[in-house]
Amino acid sequence: MSQVIKVGMADLKVAGPPEVLSTLGLGSCIGICLYDPVTKVSGLAHIMLPNSQTIRNNSNRAKFADTAINDMIGEMITKGANKRRLVGKIAGGAQMFSFSSSNDMMKIGARNADAVRSILKDMGIPIKADDTGGNFGRTIEFYPEDGRLLIKTIGHGTKTV
Amino acid sequence: MVMSGYIEQMDTVVIDVLKEIGNIGAGNAATALAKMINKKVDMNVPKVNVLDFAEVPELLGGAENQVCGIFFKIEGDIDGSIMFVLNIEDALALVSLLMPRDDNTLDEFTFSALKEIGNILSGSYISSLSGLTNLNIKISIPSIAVDMAGAVLSVPAIEFGQVSDKILIIENEFIELQEDDSVRGFFFLVPDLDSYDTLFGSLGIQI
Repeated sequence: MSQVIKVGMADLKVAGPPEVLSTLGLGSCIGICLYDPVTKVSGLAHIMLPNSQTIRNNSNRAKFADTAINDMIGEMITKGANKRRLVGKIAGGAQMFSFSSSNDMMKIGARNADAVRSILKDMGIPIKADDTGGNFGRTIEFYPEDGRLLIKTIGHGTKTV
Repeated sequence: MVMSGYIEQMDTVVIDVLKEIGNIGAGNAATALAKMINKKVDMNVPKVNVLDFAEVPELLGGAENQVCGIFFKIEGDIDGSIMFVLNIEDALALVSLLMPRDDNTLDEFTFSALKEIGNILSGSYISSLSGLTNLNIKISIPSIAVDMAGAVLSVPAIEFGQVSDKILIIENEFIELQEDDSVRGFFFLVPDLDSYDTLFGSLGIQI
């Protein structure tokens, strides 16, 4: 049996095969998986907010897309990943409740997804799979052995990307 | 003033005030529930907890457990949101208290009954808060989600996340006295960042 490493909300972990990285019940948060296909060093971050710069209380770096991605890549490099080879897969960013008016906070899922895409683009890290949006939760499992991402939902099917 | 100080200091005066609001709010909510189902309803003293993000889904059976969240925006002198969350079993039990049926499933009827229950409970909660603070506060129309606990709770967690690494939860247990059914529900009251000053100021609390 491969060992499953759980990543909580506002948390990140780096692992390699045969370990599996998992985070449960992603809503408007985003699960960011980064992966070096050669050394198989992989990371999973569960971020809650797009940007640490706009928040005063920003000491918890794994909470924000920008600082979480930075820290995760740093840790992956020390474990043998090469930044130029990294590829990403992302999931989450749902809007769990719908309202007609355009409140910024209600669209936090989409804002989180946009922030993650733009940060990865700036770093030259290609996004191989993007399963974001919708109005439902997701549990994800990332397999460093082959880079596949399993996405489970309640009532919206299960898929591997 | 440092906004992030609010929730960190909630173990002192602020938590007592929020507990008292919780108590009065839940008392009114229990009365409203009793009127709605035309049965006697009692409640236990609400528990107010300040927890780390990671601990919150455990209260509702784990991050993947299916729960029902009924969400409202708060508007008026303060802005923010209030959400009433319960386990799916408790949600169905609550609906069958209101409207006994042969087959109790998650259909449109159940959803609209839950929205109405959430509306009455959250509404009486907010009107208590309004009375206590002398602030004009209203709730929006409800929006409902039935999904994984982690996903539903990510909404208040993200809102608290702008201020703190903790989340404030008010836990209520309603007991229907005739058949001794009990239903456990959780309220998440999240003022917007700018509304903390107004809320605590109206209660005469300086932080």
